[in-house]
Formats: sequence, C-alpha cells, structure tokens
Amino acid sequence: MVVMDNKIESDQRDIVDSNADETWVNDVTESAMRSMRNKPGKAWWIAITLLGLVIVAGVIAWIYQLKHGLASAGYNDRAFWAVYIADVITFIGVSYGGAVTSAILRLTGQSWRAPLTRLAEAMALVTVIIGGTFIFPHLGRPDRFLNIVIYPNFSSPLFWDFMAILTYTVATMIFFYLPLIPDMAVVSKMLGDKKKLWQKFLYSSLSFNWLGTEKQKKALHRGLTIISLLIIPLAVSVHSVLSWAFALTSRPGWMETVFPPYFVIAALYSGTAMVVLVVAGFRKGYKLQRFITDRHFVRLGYLMVALGLVYLYLTFADLVTEGYTGITTGWIKQTVTGSYAPAFWFYVFAGELLPIFVVAFKKTRNATGITVASVFVVISLWVKRLVIVLPAATQPLIAGAWGSYHFTWVSITITLAGVAAIPFLLMIMFRFIPLFSIEEMEEAGELGSVEQVSAHTQVLAKILAKYTGLEVTAPKASKSLTASETEGK
Amino acid sequence: MSESKVNRRNFLKIVGAATAAGTVEMVTYKAYASTNSAPNGWKGTSGVSGSSAASMANTASPPDHQWAMVIDLRSCNGCKSCTAACQKAHYLTEDQTWIDVFTMTDTIGRTYSMPRPCMQCENPPCLHVCPVHATFRTNQGVVLVNQGRCIGCRMCMAACPYQARYFNWNAGVEYPSMPIKPTPEMPVPQRLGTVGKCTFCVGNLNDGLLSECAAGCPMGSIYNGDMKTDVGVNSMGNTIKLSEFLYDNDAVTFKTSQNTHPRVWYIMGHGQNLDNDDQAS
Repeated sequence: MVVMDNKIESDQRDIVDSNADETWVNDVTESAMRSMRNKPGKAWWIAITLLGLVIVAGVIAWIYQLKHGLASAGYNDRAFWAVYIADVITFIGVSYGGAVTSAILRLTGQSWRAPLTRLAEAMALVTVIIGGTFIFPHLGRPDRFLNIVIYPNFSSPLFWDFMAILTYTVATMIFFYLPLIPDMAVVSKMLGDKKKLWQKFLYSSLSFNWLGTEKQKKALHRGLTIISLLIIPLAVSVHSVLSWAFALTSRPGWMETVFPPYFVIAALYSGTAMVVLVVAGFRKGYKLQRFITDRHFVRLGYLMVALGLVYLYLTFADLVTEGYTGITTGWIKQTVTGSYAPAFWFYVFAGELLPIFVVAFKKTRNATGITVASVFVVISLWVKRLVIVLPAATQPLIAGAWGSYHFTWVSITITLAGVAAIPFLLMIMFRFIPLFSIEEMEEAGELGSVEQVSAHTQVLAKILAKYTGLEVTAPKASKSLTASETEGK
Repeated sequence: MSESKVNRRNFLKIVGAATAAGTVEMVTYKAYASTNSAPNGWKGTSGVSGSSAASMANTASPPDHQWAMVIDLRSCNGCKSCTAACQKAHYLTEDQTWIDVFTMTDTIGRTYSMPRPCMQCENPPCLHVCPVHATFRTNQGVVLVNQGRCIGCRMCMAACPYQARYFNWNAGVEYPSMPIKPTPEMPVPQRLGTVGKCTFCVGNLNDGLLSECAAGCPMGSIYNGDMKTDVGVNSMGNTIKLSEFLYDNDAVTFKTSQNTHPRVWYIMGHGQNLDNDDQAS
C-alpha cells in the first residue's frame, strides 16, 4: 500500500515535470521561429515590396502636401478637421484593442490567449506608432511640433492628448517587451556563439541573462501583471482625451458627455477586429493552423460582437438624446438621411449587423467568416470616425449652406500608406522575434493553448488518462486541429 | 395688462432674444451692463484667463483703450463692402472672410444682413484650447494669433462658436513686399499652415484710424468703440457716447449662452425682435 502510494506520487511528479511536454515545446519553438529561421519566400518579398511602394507613395504625397498646403488634401475652412484626425483615432484605436485584449485575457488567466498575445501586442505597438505619426500630416506646421513642449498650454485638450499618447506609447513598448525577454534568451541560446554583433545586442543584451529560474519567472509575472493592469486605464485615458479634443468644444454633435466611453468602446471594437486580421494573416502566412484554431477566432469573434453591440447602443444613445429635443438636429439629419447617410448606414450594416450574423450562424462562425467580418468592422469603424468628425465640422454655426470635404489623391495616398505600414512593419518585425511567446505557450500546454484549461487541470487529466485509459482532448477543436496540422505540413 | 406685457418683454431681452429670434441668440446690452458694477464700469479683462496674454501684452502700464465694436443692423444693407475692404487690406483670399456678412432669417421669414467679425471675446474659447499659446489676448482686449508659433492644429477653429477663424490652406498666395515683418496685429504676409482671423485692425485703432471694415462701410453701420473713453465712431463721422448708444438702442451680443462675453455689440432694429414679440402675443 505504501509502495503503491509512493509509485503514484512519483508518477505524478513525472507527469508534472513532463507537463512542459518535450515534443510540444519543440514544436512550439520551431513554429514560433519560422518567421526568423526560414529565408523569406517569394510571396514575402513581393508583399513587402508592394507595401513599401505604397508607403513611399504616401511619403511623396505628404511632401507634396507640405509644399502646396493642406488644401491639396481636400481641406477647407468648413472642413477644417477631416480624414487625418479620423486616421489618428482609428490607428490609435486599433492599438488600444490589441493591448487591452491581450491585457484582459492575461489578467483573467485565459490560457488560450497564449498563441495570440505576441501578435496582438506587436500590432498594438506598430499601430500606436503609426497613429502618432499621423498627427504630422494633420498639422499645418509639423515643423513646429515641438512648440507643444516649448510653450505648453496645460488647459488645451490637445496638450493632454500629446501627453496621453506619449505615455501610452511607452507603456505599449514595455507591454510588448516584457513577454519577449524569455524568448530573446531562447533565440540567443539557439544562435550559440555564431552571433553577429546586432544579434548579440538584440538577443543577448535584451534577454537580460534570462535563465528561466523560479525567481526570474516570478519577477516577470509580477511585472506583466502590473503593466497589464496599468495599460487598461492608460488606454482608457488616451481615448477619453482624444474624444475631448472634440467634446470640449461647443459644437453640436461633438459636445457630448457620451464621447469618452463612445471612443473607448469604438477603439476596443475595431482593435479586436484588427487582432483577428493580424492573427489571420500570420496564421496563413506561416502556417500556424495547428496552434491557432477556429476556436480562437470564434472566441475573438464573440468578444468583438459583444463590443460592437455596446458601440451600437452608444451610437443610438448619442443620436436619440441629441435629436429628440430638436435643438441641434442639423448634424443628425445630415448623418442619418443627408449627405453622410451612405457612410453612416454602411457602418450600421457592414460594421454592426454583418459581424452579428457571421457569429450567429454556425456556417459562417469560423476563421474565414470572422476574418471577413473583421475586415468590414475595421473599414466601417474608420468610416464611422469620419461620420463623427465631418458633420459636426461642416455644419453652419451661424447661417448658410453646409460645408463639404472631398477626398484628394494626397489624402487617400497618405491614408493608404498608414494602412500598408501595419503589415509592413509587422512582417519585418517578426523576422527578428518569435511569433508566439514560447514561455506562455509552454505554460498553457497543448490543450490549454486551445481551450481554457489550467495547467493543473491538464496534469489531473493526464493522471486520469494514465490510470483509466480515458483520453482528454479538446472537443471539436482537436478535429480541425489535426486537419489543419496536415494542411499545414 | 400692459404692465405684464412690458415685464415679459424685458424678461425676453434679458434672457436673450434667442428664443424670439430663432437663429440669432443674443442678450441685451442692458442686461450686460446690469451685471457689471455700473453701466460705465467697464472691466476690460473680466472673466478672462490666459497666461499667454501676460507674456505678450504690455502689463507694466494700464492700457489706454479697451477696443470694442458696434454693428448697427438697422442700416446694414448687406453690400459686403466691409468684407472687401478687409480682404484688400490684409491680402486675404476670397474664402478668408475675416468679416463675413451672413444673411439671417427671422421668425417671420424675413431676411436681414449681419456682418460677423471676430467677436474679440473676453472669455475666448479659442484661447483656452490652443496647445501652444499661439492665440493670446492683449491688455486692450483684442484676441490675436501669433502665426510664428501656431502649429496649425485647428483646434481653435473647432472651438470658435462664431466660425470666425480661417486657415491658410494654400501655398502660393501672392503678397506684396511689406516694409515690416508680419506681426500678430498685422499678419501680412500670412504664413502657410497657420490660422488667421480678424485682428480688429488694432494697429489702425491705436493710430487713431478706423478699422478697415468700419472705414469701408458706406452705410456707417460699423462703429469702432473704446470702452475706456466711452466713445464710438463710424465712417460717416458720427461720434457716439458708446455706453449710452448701446443702452438706448438695446444692443445685444451674439450667442450669449456660449459664455464668451463678446466685445462686439449688435443693434437690432429691422423690428426682428420686437415685432416677433408682438406677433407671438
């Protein structure tokens, strides 16, 4: 009896130790480093060249705009804010989505987040940098940008914007970097002594002598928890302050108390959709179907649609409170039935109803369906930002006709350059860093990275399997998992 | 019976004729004066904050003038000579109507013309939102833009309830060679990518001249006023005692609910407000 107990105990120890399953870890490491180890293929080079060309075109357009003035981007005194500020909000918004999705899933201990966090955090970092950059084409005198530091007016919402975006960018960098430390050590170890100088700096120095000891792990976990907790209020503040650039003016349509949460939810909504797009892109590009399954997309889809419904509700609340009394109905009429109606209803149908239907029906509730819905969500949320900016800006405040904004090749090219910069920067970035957080994947385990299963439960399941012969696998997902696996190889 | 009517009328004037005049929302000079210590007790900087003004304005000596403007809508025929004169003097493009003439409709469907310069608010929203203190208020009560500092964010255009700010969108606007460099008082040539607006022609005023719009008005509708010396003058050479003129003619300011405290007063008088009162009763 005593012997038997001892045997079980030793078995348990073995199983616990081998939870970080050797083959699983090897598979994860191999896949995570696909982007780094394999020489980029033809498709990669074609994509990067095309994206690079779009960015170059954007820079040329911007130089043209600097020379000829903002009128070349379609601006006029009645449409004094338009496409670039919508771009800033959109890019920083999707960044927020990436960071907060990752932070919330981390804080709530969702083990299935493991294969998604790196991609989401990288997207957050890249888009906040692009969003911040879009302030420059928005300004009439970008050369004087530093005046905001030299002669700051603390009562200006734009000064708060500047501070909030700056702080948030730093936090995003830390949030991106912390989970990267163990991976840097893995890469450094794998490269061995054959490192070039830049590799030595990037991998050895940035891994800070990570050995994976308990103490280091504990410190990293604590750091990650703190930054995950911090980045949520920080991101809330960024979008509240961005909304105040509008809401703290006396313009009907902008001076709304609903604006801060309105902007925050829009950011989360579009950000979740952007996470789906980035994950879908890299999943396909690097054949990661084994690790990122339909179930990941479905869960992100649920999250996205829930946020979308909140946003729809806030949109309705905004329109009905302003419209009912009839005091300031001009911009509402323009939005719902006037010249901005096509854009507004595009948002309602493509940006709200379509994702709801995609997620509601079993037939479309899969990776492809949710990716398509996400494309529409991201585009329609950009359109929605324009519909927030333009009607209130172009309305006549005294008398006379409505102003109007017309797109020009300059504003379109610059905006497209920003869009192209997202995959461009991400594709280059992942040439140097692993696609997953290997540490987190190890911790989640094979089952945990697909389902919400704790490491503890997995150990118990393995013990159960050993003694009863009952296999515990992820339901359904395992089917598509094996199918995708064969497809992937 | 008649007393109650008068009371109602007074009340309407005080809370602002907004309710009566439909699109125009105004408050009477009488109401404004009564909130100050005395009808003549001008407080040049009442309700003003803005540390930037201090750095630009000469605070060592108290100002000799507090500039204001009166626009008599009774005689304005909407000819837009003021706009033309202003654009000529400041080399503005056609779109840059620093003083714009709006065609307003009253509640009984008749139209009248209303010139709208910068209101030179005592509590200017544009000043508060400027991130770099490019907009400032002088100790003579004039709100100016330092185009050498403006970063072109256009937040002030969003904040101004009077649509009184105009941006320099286009490169290649031709300016003559000027004897002096552009100043906030005389921003000519204007700088690309910065915002501009009516300066009240404060340089003219300090030299004892009328502003370009007032001088260009063939009807004498625009008076330049000084609240300190309590005098107003128009292009016809009419000199008025400012406070009395405003008081006697029920002068109003525009969009009082915005809490901006404009330095530009309007005298209604095609009967818009009063007629409407009678129609309504």
